[in-house]
Amino acid sequence: MGLSGHERIPPNSQPVNLSQDFLLSLAQAVTKGLLTGMVYGLMALGLSVIFGVMRVVNFAHGELMVVGMYLAWAAFEYLQVSPLLSLPVIAVLFFGLGYVLQRGLIQPFIGRPEHQQFLLLLGVALVLVNACLAIVGPDSRGIQLEAQFDSYELGPLVFDAVRLHAAVAAVVIAALLWLFFTRTRTGKAIRAAADNHMGALVVGLDVRRLYAVTFGVGAACVGAAGALMITIIPVTPFLAAEYTLLAFVIVIVGGLGSMTGALMGGLLIGVSEAVAGLLVDPSLKSMFSFGLLIAVLLLRPQGLFGPKTSP
Amino acid sequence: MSGIPSRLLWLLGALLAFLLVAPALLGKYGLSVLILVLYFAYVGQAWNIMMGFAGQLSLGHALYAGLGGYIAAGLFFHYGLGPWAGVFVAVAAASLAGAIVGYLGFRFSLAGVYFALLTIAFGEFTRIAFDHWNWAGGSGGLFLKVDGTASLLNLRGGPVLFYYAILALAVGALVLSRILLESRLGRYWLAIREDAEAAQAVGVPVLRCKMIAVVISAALTSLAGVWNAFYYNNLFPETAFAMGRSIEITLAPIIGGLGTLFGPFVGAVVLTGLGEIFTDAGEYLGIPGIKQIFYGLALLVIVMYRPAGVWPWLAGRMGIK
Repeated sequence: MGLSGHERIPPNSQPVNLSQDFLLSLAQAVTKGLLTGMVYGLMALGLSVIFGVMRVVNFAHGELMVVGMYLAWAAFEYLQVSPLLSLPVIAVLFFGLGYVLQRGLIQPFIGRPEHQQFLLLLGVALVLVNACLAIVGPDSRGIQLEAQFDSYELGPLVFDAVRLHAAVAAVVIAALLWLFFTRTRTGKAIRAAADNHMGALVVGLDVRRLYAVTFGVGAACVGAAGALMITIIPVTPFLAAEYTLLAFVIVIVGGLGSMTGALMGGLLIGVSEAVAGLLVDPSLKSMFSFGLLIAVLLLRPQGLFGPKTSP
Repeated sequence: MSGIPSRLLWLLGALLAFLLVAPALLGKYGLSVLILVLYFAYVGQAWNIMMGFAGQLSLGHALYAGLGGYIAAGLFFHYGLGPWAGVFVAVAAASLAGAIVGYLGFRFSLAGVYFALLTIAFGEFTRIAFDHWNWAGGSGGLFLKVDGTASLLNLRGGPVLFYYAILALAVGALVLSRILLESRLGRYWLAIREDAEAAQAVGVPVLRCKMIAVVISAALTSLAGVWNAFYYNNLFPETAFAMGRSIEITLAPIIGGLGTLFGPFVGAVVLTGLGEIFTDAGEYLGIPGIKQIFYGLALLVIVMYRPAGVWPWLAGRMGIK
């Protein structure tokens, strides 16, 4: 990933140009952050949809993400299928996985105390991530796409081709999801069930099935996000917990249960990570995220882009 | 000791007698397993006061254990201040941290998952800060010298010393929990856990009671951190403040029976036992991660079939109610 503008600064540039160069590398970092942030947003969207509808916090979210990354990696490694092509298959598989998980495991825990849901999903997370570890091993696995070194230029800005493709795909999937929730019968029914559980039961909606579909949709989002993320960074099992936390940070900052919030939160965290990596020690980047999380929790718990009701 | 069934008293007496003479009966391995059981029973008891009694879900208790361990170890490492003095600083700092997290969370009325996320955020924030703090050794870690001399004054010694230290802590925490639960404060906690609004309405000082719960819980947890630091002689931010460490702390009381006095101990026995069996199974099979897969499956099975915990069910089976 040697395409960050930072490395493009000639070592002996004039002092006058330094600030210009700095601005350019800042703009470059922001661009990179926005592109990665779209994929983060898609990942967080899955978490947000699941919580928004059934009030269950998916503590296995990062683990699902990592499984998605491994599947896309395996498809590329063994079947030579590019992640953008394996993505729909992975999304469908994940929909099925989410549907079955919800039906078989999670449904009885809806409305139960939070610590029980937490323990249940922690069990799921442990099984998922360690299955990856057992099958693939602890080494990091990445893929080399042909587009790896391509880039698009817009004025002085350089768009890393792989990141751009991933970001565009994430936007398309988010748009499809929006269409699903606003245009289809099932999508509208899910929103109705989320708004008023009792009301949905009264008018005869099959809420259990809707919940299973919702968990399937949320899982499909995170599986797709995984397929996109593998084009940007290599995967190890140890990323899982990090992604779970990252998804939490994004949805809380954006507004838990809000679709726009998850996407905007993803962009914000993506940009802040990239800029922190440029300006300060990259290992401090998540400190900023957690600081932001604390501030948002205390000052605006409905999230920066959430509706104006308290949680 | 009124109100405790005599069958339970006999059981407790026998268990305590066994634990007191265990170092003479068990080998090195057996003792190390028993030390783990007592450690998880103790931290679980500390966490249980906050979640089991007062109903406040903390997923960031590694913050208090980590602070306690780092402060006592750092004072010893840099200034030669022994842990018996350092422990006061450690407990004070962890109590303060607990008070800050608690006050912010309760004052801004964060509940449930939102409060839990706040505790995670403070833990992670501190982890990264310690990663970059040279006094505490940064990400490279802090190491205590092991010169083989036993000194009770500086808490230097072998496993037997640490065994009795953690046994004393575990018994102390159990007795304290029982006293607290029987007190007016304990009744207030249960009222808050069941329905905070109703408790407020009948005049329970909700904020103050919650604050006391989080401070006691943080202080007790920091003692486990001090013990941990001097037992293992090394500290790394990546493990001391890890979210995994926080989650570990919550497991024994949830599995054993949230809000019960003996749940944390029973949960610690079950989980440590399973962990040891699965470790052996994993080594036998030679597949990385297999231990954790079994462990995850065990958590799933327990939470599905005994959602209220193992102890309430076990107590019922043994006729202790």
